[in-house]
Formats: sequence, C-alpha cells, structure tokens
Amino acid sequence: MLRDEGPLVPMAGCTDLYVALNFGTLTETRFLDLWRLDALRTIAIREGALSIGALATHTDLIRSPLVRRRLPMLAAAASEIGGVQIQNRGTLGGNVANASPAGDTLPVLAAADATVVLRGAGATRRVPFSSFYTGYRRTVRRPDELIVSFEIAPIRGRQRFRKVGTRAAQAISKVVMAVIAGETPRIAVGSVAPTVVRARRTEAALAAGASVAEAQRLLLDEIAPIDDIRSTAEYRRRVTANLLARLLAPRSA
Amino acid sequence: MSSRARKAVGRNVLRKEGHDKVTGAARYIDDLTFPGLLHARTIRSTIPAGEIVKVRFKGDRAGFTLVDHHDIPGRNIVALIDEDQPCLAERKIRHVAEPILLLVHEDREKLRAADVQIEYRPSTPNYDPERSAITFKKIAIDKGDLDAGFAAADVIVEGEYRTGLQEQLYIETNGVIAVPGSSVAGAAGGITVYGSMQCPYYVHRALVILLGLPAGKVRVIQTETGGGFGGKEEYPSMMAGHAALAALKTGRPVKLVYDRVEDMLATTKRHPSIVRHRTGVTRDGRLTAIDIDAVLDGGAYATLSAVVLSRGMIHAAGPYRCDHIRIRGRATMTNTPPNGAFRGFGAPQTQFAAEVHMDRIAERLGLDPVRVREINALRPGDTTATGQRLGKDSSALQVLREAVTRTGFRKRRRALAGTNRGIGLSLFFHGSGFTGAGEVKLAAKASLALTHKGARIHVASTEIGQGTRTMLAQIVADALGVRYDDVDVNAADTGEVPDSGPTVASRTCMIVGRILERCAEEMRARLGRLTPRQYLRAFGPLVITKQYERPAGMVWDDTVYKGDAYGSYGWGCDVVEVEVDRDTYEVRPTAFTTVHEIGKAIHPMLAVGQIEGGSAQGLGYAILEDVVMRDGRMANATLTNYIIPTSLDTPPMQVVLLENPYPHGPSGAKGVGEMPIDGPAPAVINALRHAGFDLREIPATPERVMLTSSVESTQRTPRTPRKSQAWV
Ligand SMILES: Cc1cc2nc3c(=O)[nH]c(=O)nc-3n(C[C@H](O)[C@H](O)[C@H](O)COP(=O)(O)OP(=O)(O)OC[C@H]3O[C@@H](n4cnc5c(N)ncnc54)[C@H](O)[C@@H]3O)c2cc1C
Repeated sequence: MLRDEGPLVPMAGCTDLYVALNFGTLTETRFLDLWRLDALRTIAIREGALSIGALATHTDLIRSPLVRRRLPMLAAAASEIGGVQIQNRGTLGGNVANASPAGDTLPVLAAADATVVLRGAGATRRVPFSSFYTGYRRTVRRPDELIVSFEIAPIRGRQRFRKVGTRAAQAISKVVMAVIAGETPRIAVGSVAPTVVRARRTEAALAAGASVAEAQRLLLDEIAPIDDIRSTAEYRRRVTANLLARLLAPRSA
Repeated sequence: MSSRARKAVGRNVLRKEGHDKVTGAARYIDDLTFPGLLHARTIRSTIPAGEIVKVRFKGDRAGFTLVDHHDIPGRNIVALIDEDQPCLAERKIRHVAEPILLLVHEDREKLRAADVQIEYRPSTPNYDPERSAITFKKIAIDKGDLDAGFAAADVIVEGEYRTGLQEQLYIETNGVIAVPGSSVAGAAGGITVYGSMQCPYYVHRALVILLGLPAGKVRVIQTETGGGFGGKEEYPSMMAGHAALAALKTGRPVKLVYDRVEDMLATTKRHPSIVRHRTGVTRDGRLTAIDIDAVLDGGAYATLSAVVLSRGMIHAAGPYRCDHIRIRGRATMTNTPPNGAFRGFGAPQTQFAAEVHMDRIAERLGLDPVRVREINALRPGDTTATGQRLGKDSSALQVLREAVTRTGFRKRRRALAGTNRGIGLSLFFHGSGFTGAGEVKLAAKASLALTHKGARIHVASTEIGQGTRTMLAQIVADALGVRYDDVDVNAADTGEVPDSGPTVASRTCMIVGRILERCAEEMRARLGRLTPRQYLRAFGPLVITKQYERPAGMVWDDTVYKGDAYGSYGWGCDVVEVEVDRDTYEVRPTAFTTVHEIGKAIHPMLAVGQIEGGSAQGLGYAILEDVVMRDGRMANATLTNYIIPTSLDTPPMQVVLLENPYPHGPSGAKGVGEMPIDGPAPAVINALRHAGFDLREIPATPERVMLTSSVESTQRTPRTPRKSQAWV
C-alpha cells in the first residue's frame, strides 16, 4: 500500500501525530493505520538478540520481563515518557520514527547499538541505529518503508539512564542520557544536538583509561546544545557533564 | 420555622453542581450551540509597538463577515478602571496579540484557514518597567518617621527581589457566545452574552459602554466555568465585546472560544515585580524602619494594575509591626500583553520580597527565622502599615507557632544543615474583600427569594470551581433554619440577579455571604412560625434584598492611604522542605505544611481544597512556571512548554485550619481563596537558602539555581547516588 497508494503517513499510537494535527503542522492528509498489526508488537529473543516490535507501546516495554532483564534502561526510559495514557498509546517505533532529538528512547537504542529493521514491499533492510538519523528530524527510512522492529544484541556492563525534564511527568527532556558502564563504555545523549549523539570519542578515551574529568571535557566537545525556550546551552552542557560522572560511577559503595 | 434542620455550616455537604460535573452533564460554553450559530476568530497584532498601515484579506470572502472598530456603535474601550484600552485597535498597536479585527464564518475550518495580512509601521518597544514613560498608578504609604526609625537601628539590611509572569491556566479556556436580542423585560433588540467568567456585571457594564445600549438591553449569563484564578476577571469583557459586535453585525449568534495557545498568548497574567527593601533592625531583632520601593510591570494597558498595585503595597511590609514605614509603588506600562488579576492580586509578589528579606535579616543577625518573626509578628492591637488597628482575630503568632510545632521546624533545620536539602518558612496575611473604601463604593447587593421548600439565592457571584454555590447555600440554610438541600442558587444572570460585585478579592464568602446571611435572618423573622409553603400561600412571593453595610468603626482615607484597608485578614504560615539535585539543579519540594487561620471554615473540605490548590499553584510559581517572553510575545504558550506542576511534582500536603472568628463575617468567616498562594514562593526560596542556594528571584528554575551554585558538582567526586537520582 505504501508503495502503490503512497504517499501515506503511517499512524501508530498517534501521540505525536495528533499534536502535529492540532498545531496545524501536519500537512499530509492520507494515513495508514498500523494499530491493529499485532504481529508488530512482539517482544522476543531471536537468535540471541532481543527483538522488539515497532508497535510495542511504552507500557509493553515497562511490563516486559525480557526488556527488564536484557535492556532495563529501555524500561526505565519508557516509564518516564509522558504519563500513563501516553505510555499506553505511544510506541517505540513512533518515538524513533518521529525523530525528535528529545525522544527519550533514542539514547537508549543508540547506546545499545540497536539495529532498526525496515521493511518495504520488496525487501527488508537492517540499519544500524547510529546511521538511522541523517539530520534534524531526518531519517534513512523511505516513504514506502515501515519500521517493523528493533534488534539488540546482549549487552555487557551496567546500564544507566537519566532523563532531565524539569517536572516529574509530561516533560520534554532538556538532557537525556543512556550509559553502559564497563570495560567498553557506551554513551549516548539526547536533546543536546540536532540528533541523538553517540559519544564515540569519549567512549574510546574512557576505554583507554581516561579520567572522568577528561571524559567530561571530551563529551562537551561532542555535543552541540542550543538555547531554546526550554533551557539554555550552558545548562545542558553542565548537566551533561554532571550526569556523565554520575552514571559512570559505581551505583553503591 | 423549625430550627431542627441540621446545621450545614462546618459540614462537608455535597457540592451543588458536583453531580453534574462528575457525570459530565455540566455544560460549558463550548458545549452550547444556538440555531444559526457563527464562529469568530480574532485577528491580532504580530508586533509589540507601532501602527497599522493596511489590512488585507486574501482569498475568497464569501460567507465571511469582518468586524473592526468601525462597527462599534458606542465607545471603543474595554470599560474597567481607566479608559485606555480599545476593544479593537484602530491604528496604534501597544502589544503583541492586540485584537484588531474579527472574522466571522459558520465553518470553523474555513475561519482557521482564512488569510488576513496586516501591514505595520513598527516603532521601538519598551520591555523594561523601570524605564517606562507611562505610569499607570503610584501609591505611597507612610507611617511614623522613617529617619527616626533608621536612627534607632543597629543594622540595615537591603535587598532586591524579583518575580516573574505567571499564567492562571484555568482548565477551561476563555469563551463566550453572543446572541442578538435580550429577553429581559420583553426588550426588543439588545444583546445576550453567555460565557465563562468571574464577573457578569463587569461584562455587562463594558457592553453597555461599547455598544451604546441602555442597561436593560444587555444581558450577561455566566455558564458553568472551568476555573478562573483571576484570569476571567477582566478579559471576558473584551471577548464579550468582540462576540457582541459580531452578533449585532450579522444578526446571528456568534461563538468565540480560544484555544490554549491563543488564551496564553493574549490574555492577562500575573504582574512581574521588582521590590527593593531597606530595613532597619536592632541587634536583638526588632524592626525599627521599613523602606520599600516596588515596580509592577502592568503591560500595555492599565486594566486592573492600579488595584493590583494597591493590594500589593498594603501587604508589602508583611505581617509585621513596625512604627516607621515608607512604601512607594508604581505600576508602569510596557509593550507586552496587559497583566491583570491573578489569585493574590499583588500580594504574592510583595510578600515574596518581604519574607525572603526577613530570612536574610535573621541570617544577618544570627537569629533563627522563627525567632525574628516571633519578635515582629503583628499582634491584636498593633497597627499595620496603613495604621489599621488589628482586632482580636489577628493570628500571626498563632499560625507561626502552630506550623513550627507541627513540623518540628528547628530540629529539622539542624538535621538538614549542610545537605542538599533545606527547610524554609513564610509568614503571611491576606486582606479579605475589596481594598479600602472599595466595598462601600461597590455597595454590593444580594437577594433571597422564598420558595416552597426553602429559598433561592440571587447573586452575581459566580461558581468557578471554588464552591460559591455550596458555601452560600450553607450559610443561608443555617441562618434561615432550613435544610441545605432546600436552598438553591439562581444562575448568575444579570437579567435575574442583583449586582453583588465581582467574584474576586476573597470577598464572596465574607462580604456576599454576610449580606445573604442578613437576608436570611430577616426572612426567618418574617416567616415567624410559618413554613415557607404556608407563608407563600398566605402572603404571596417574598424576596429580600440587602446591601453591603460597612462595619461600624471602619474608616479609610484614599487620599493618604490610611486606615482600615480591609475588614479582616486571614493569616498563614507555610513550611516547605526542598531537595536540590546536585547534578541537575532541579528543586523538588518534598514536604509541605501550611497553617491557615480563616475565621470559620464554612465547608472544611472546600477550604482545604482551596488551600491545597493555591499552595500547589504557589509551588509552581516558585519553582517551575516560567513565561518565556521573546520580542514581547510569549514563546512557550503551550501546556507542553509552560510547565506547571503535575500531581507527581506536588509534595504531600499537611493543611491545618485554625478559626478565629471575624465578627462581621458569616459565622465568623473570612476569605480563603487567595491567601494560599502568598506563602509557598518565599518558603521555597528560604528553604533553598538554607540548602546553600541564595536566590532572590522566582521561578527557581534549574537554570537559575545552577547559576547560584558556586561549586560545580562536576568537580566533586560523585557520592553515592540517592534512589531518585538515577534509574536502573
Ligand atoms: C502529552 C505527551 C507527552 C509525551 N511525552 C513524551 C516523553 O516524555 N518522551 C518522549 O520521548 N516522547 C513523548 N511524547 C511523544 C510521543 O508520545 C512519543 O514519541 C511516542 O513514542 C510516539 O509514538 P506513537 O506510536 O504515538 O507515534 P505516532 O504519533 O503514531 O507517529 C509518530 C511518527 O512516527 C511515524 N511512525 C509511527 N510508527 C511508525 C512505524 N512503525 N514505521 C514508520 N513510521 C512510523 C508516524 O508516521 C509519525 O510520523 C509525548 C507526547 C504527548 C502527546
């Protein structure tokens, strides 16, 4: 359908789409409702990797024992999205496809080295999460493709997640960070650049034995936050540095 | 009459309109429709200052009606205090979102799509209230001899405090429907306006002047209203004017309902303030001189700035005794949308400054914050800044001591010292009713009509969620000696009810409630031993109308700002504990206790509801609510980006009610609606100071807290994180 009758806008939970509709920023008028495609909601282990259907809602993620065991930072991110109603409707695929730099699951998927599984009429492609976004709100997804699932290989190291959103619910992140602490640290930060940032240089330095202070300095070079109506670049920089130290530190003495 | 009816006052009876609200039967303005209804859209200025050069409508005009200032039959003003604000701009533009014309069409979608281009000649805007060329109002209060006061001081403490804009954020946005024709007294022609509003008679007066109609041809009916907080005090007069002009021009009913963005962009907000204190104090903590200078940013037109300033200045010295006081205040014009009424009405701003300053005085003297307040708190028999001698119902010390005991304040303060947590308090008061001679000038009326079972209340006081109908019916039920269920309340319809004044200023219970109590007392006397049914059969209808009567001995001189500023004051003390996240500088209130002395809680649950809601709104004011203005325009005019607290951001609240009856209030009641919002902000800032963050300005956003924290937490070794700090 997407190919033959396109262009059509896929609709999942509509928690982003309706906002755009209400603001009059949604120019398209033809939609494809995915909500009933239960097959795209499955969360399972496939060939050793955690596979999460694109239509899995945030509530599904929070409740899934598999997610909680294999990717607890994703359950943590999901539980801080919007409020309960949004969690019941909003989907992981929608959060990723919407491509907001403030999307809360994005740093998690980036740090987890997730693979985005895209399917069009002809074929299925697998795109590493780190090459999924090409710029501010732009992705490699073609108009005739859907995101069908995400695959995440087993992760070694402590998973940590922190969202900074000013209030306890219904908040858009000012800074959002996912860290896998361990021998090969992985660090991803959202809301501090046009797309989610995977901090490869900081990771490499840490793996080579750099101090936390050095890592903080490097990380600040890898992000490009701005002043906007929600916060300031200065705040985002300082908080990013603080969170890095916090999330790298051992959790309890 | 039987006096067996169970007392209603003091009991948590069911709300009059509770059932309808809970079941969804209550109909708000946007639920209503009329045959032939048209919709209106307001075309607004996009520049903060300048002149309109040309207005162009692009596209097909079929089905559209345009309404502009040429269509105004009366005077082009929104009548309130000053007459400076046009209902529709003619040429001059003084702020962004100033209404210029209305588009009317039967299809909301077409209306939204219509393209109107306005060409301007811009001029330079001013956003600084201290540099304004236009002062709307100045107020001076003098007591004693300031120089003598400073001469007696051992220490002088100075400080400057700032507060920001705040949006009322009622759940229901502003909306009205105007219908041609008013059926009052069979009058042909005229206009009827339905709407979400606090003050039907303000709207009525504004329409009479705008439309040049006799009073009898204008009828205003309040519809079920989803909150106001002051935000529906003056703006509905403007909107009613717009809808009425459109209805008169088209001869059809016209609906004008704002969406959230328009409501936030265009309607009034709380006045930002800059307040400077200079205080003389003895080494042992006694205040000898208070010198205050305050500026309120009024926005582009005067609206209610004069009276907001007045209440602000009268409360500026806080609930403290001092013989030598000088207060100077002014409200000035800036090129931003007009600021107006908001719960507290100037008092939250000035008491913020007073209470933060008080903690700094204590700190300077090495006294604890409770002690310095105990020494100076106003007691019965003391005089306020305006020279008002306080009666026995003055409870500053009582609320302070109660709050300190309930929270173990001093012990907590020691326990939290040196951590990232802090505890702070604030002591405050709030005058009930209009300021000074306001109530005398207003001469509010209320009526009570006998019904077969009991009585029906006729007042213009509006139910806006706070419980007006319920509380007034309780007062009448007891005074008349009938059951609460046998008292009902007429709609606030100017065609049917007398002018009992606006629903503002914490005056509805104390002032209007008392007038009704007097009506009920007289009705009871008239009935004698007859039941209402017997009376009606024997004598026919009985309606009793009474007018406000000034309590004996109350005097006020407006020319020198001296005398009894208010009939009575409520008294409050807040204690708040906060925690500052070391990584993110976020401030989280973790515990909140408030003690309120309100004379008499007519309906304890509603009173506590007002206090909890007002306190939550005050915590939002203190910590989160930040109106971001860019080039004179609110840049974050959405619920997503203007952050108010959710229930998860609101700490558990302990509310303690104390009752020191006011002799002239119904059952001793004073006002309660506004006072709760006076206390939280200074208590939070004082708690932050205790935690090591010295702020003089609200909101205490993380960005601001970050700038006051000298030690970068990145330079410290991270400690063991607490549970709330990191997930997983
Ligand atoms: C009140 C509120 C609070 C919110 N809070 C948060 C928050 O805290 N954190 C956060 O990150 N987000 C938040 N959001 C945004 C939103 O809820 C999330 O991004 C959510 O995950 C979107 O999922 P959805 O299924 O509703 O997407 P939709 O609205 O259905 O779609 C969003 C976009 O993705 C596309 N799309 C959806 N599914 C697919 C697919 N399978 N393949 C290809 N394209 C697809 C759609 O075409 C559309 O462009 C909030 C939204 C609201 C309204």
